[in-house]
Amino acid sequence: MATRKNDSILFRWIKGIIHNKKALSGSLLVLSFILIAAIGPYITVDPNAFLDTPLSPPSFSHWFGTTGQGQDVLAQTISGARQTLIVGFATGFFVVLIGALIGGISGFYGGKVDDVLSMIINIFLVMPGLPLMVILASWLPPGPLTLTGVLVITGWAWNARVIRSQMMALRDRDFVSAAIVSGERNIRIILIEIMPRMLSLLASSFIGASIYAIGAQVGLEFLGLGDVSTITWGTNLYWASNDLALLTGSWWTFVPTGICIAFVSFGLTLINFGIDEVTNPRLISERNWRKYLPKGKGNDGITPVIKTHA
Amino acid sequence: MSTSIQYLLRRLGFYAIAAWAALTLNFFIPRMMPGDPASIIFARFRGKLNPEAMVALRETFGLTDEPLLGQYFTYLKNLLSGDLGISIAYFPQPVTEIISTALLWTIFLAGTSLIISFSLGTLLGTLAAWKRGGRLDSFLPPALAFFGAFPYFWLAMVALFTFGFGLGWFPLRHAYGDAVTPGFNLPFMIDAIYHAFLPALTMVMVSLGGWMLSMRNTMITTLGADYITFARAKGLPSKMVMLKYAARNAILPNFTGFGMALGFVLSGALLTEIIFSYPGQGYLLLEAVRAQDFPLMQGLFMTITLAVLGANWLVDIAILFLDPRTRR
Repeated sequence: MATRKNDSILFRWIKGIIHNKKALSGSLLVLSFILIAAIGPYITVDPNAFLDTPLSPPSFSHWFGTTGQGQDVLAQTISGARQTLIVGFATGFFVVLIGALIGGISGFYGGKVDDVLSMIINIFLVMPGLPLMVILASWLPPGPLTLTGVLVITGWAWNARVIRSQMMALRDRDFVSAAIVSGERNIRIILIEIMPRMLSLLASSFIGASIYAIGAQVGLEFLGLGDVSTITWGTNLYWASNDLALLTGSWWTFVPTGICIAFVSFGLTLINFGIDEVTNPRLISERNWRKYLPKGKGNDGITPVIKTHA
Repeated sequence: MSTSIQYLLRRLGFYAIAAWAALTLNFFIPRMMPGDPASIIFARFRGKLNPEAMVALRETFGLTDEPLLGQYFTYLKNLLSGDLGISIAYFPQPVTEIISTALLWTIFLAGTSLIISFSLGTLLGTLAAWKRGGRLDSFLPPALAFFGAFPYFWLAMVALFTFGFGLGWFPLRHAYGDAVTPGFNLPFMIDAIYHAFLPALTMVMVSLGGWMLSMRNTMITTLGADYITFARAKGLPSKMVMLKYAARNAILPNFTGFGMALGFVLSGALLTEIIFSYPGQGYLLLEAVRAQDFPLMQGLFMTITLAVLGANWLVDIAILFLDPRTRR
């Protein structure tokens, strides 16, 4: 029974995403990049090999030109997707996990527990991320694990705060009181009763955290705090700037990578807009009503009493 | 009035705890890392530094034979007396000296662009919500969301490449030209603004969308309130309803977000500075990373954290003036 219910939730979600224009285009965008990350390295030339004159502009043999080390930029852009996306999504997952854990506990128990945990959350919120990341990353051995760890440490607080307030709102509902009275254990109430009702929030938190992780990761690697011998979108930009791409006028070494990053982030943002519309009944009803209303009127929820703007 | 002072003191207490947490983190991170921090540092710099620099480095980190708690108190004492140690990259200049000049440039650049993007974004959000579904509302948010998807520093690279390198409209590096002398004179100030224009523009472009969207969303909720309907029914001029009734209230969450976003925007600003070789904190951060200058890195972390906490407190004061409810 429980599985069938879950199936139908999943089914409804997929249906919602397909019917929502923003979510659909965002998902397609992101999925195509995941596909590139998965199969890309098998269909391109060796991204590490010295192939042609360094910094040669785009041509038929090298569509995106070559880097300062004579490597193919197209191959580097494609193979860079893999680690960048893995670190991005892994960070998103752990950020939501820790956020749900700390925010959930804080919101559910309240009182002293909440006081202490909120204080910790707020402290991490006001601490500026980049300098802290730099300090952490500079002490640890460079690599994807360090990046993920550093990004999770500096990024969990925002999600914890959002999940905490949602938990506080849900905790006062009747179904939670009923579960408490019927003697269910707190862990079970949090995991089985409350968390499923937060699925859309958790999903959009995951996407938001992944967007943050991709941007911050690229920034850290650009500073040279990643493993510069691996190929990722961040190290591509690091090498572009190291090889004086700007001063030699070789725009092709940094433009493709940046556009890929922007497309992935924008696709994820579109999915988040879509989730918001699918799960927020107010936005849906407004959309459904709009076609019955005269154009440009009645969609601000206010009864026009006087003509306010011509 | 006494309650508002109490409120400000409570916030100050929180920031003091946050600052203490940052300091403590700063102390324990090197010591929590795998291996002994002293040997990591000394292994990295063996042969590269002269003995005096090694002694200075050891003292900066309090890596003496003292017990951990003793080291911690020495560290706190040094910090409170303004001693952040001696830089490795700029040996033997003290870290405080290097940071203080760079701090002014960062405050100038990041501060100006933050204020411009906040005010412009809030204004655009107000207008978009007021004419909901209008041209501004349907065109600008997706366009700005797309710009916001680019990394700050990448957009800076493109801007520098196009307008600085390609078209030659703007200088390629630094905060002022060789021809002017720094000080309170007009040519210098004009030159500084000219150098800051492009970096500031890219920062405004990336961060504008966030302010606009959050203002638009709160403004829409506010516009649904009864007192707005009443103000309209009274026949008040629509500009007055928009600015004095709706926007005045809708701006409060945006203001709270201002303090929150400060750290994030500053991180973007630091990376932008690097692209433009702007002599601020970000540029120092890059130097520190390249040279593995740990005292400088820690000093930067500390100053930036303290600056963000201080700015947050100023935002608290501003909210106190804007929102009468907190004054009660």
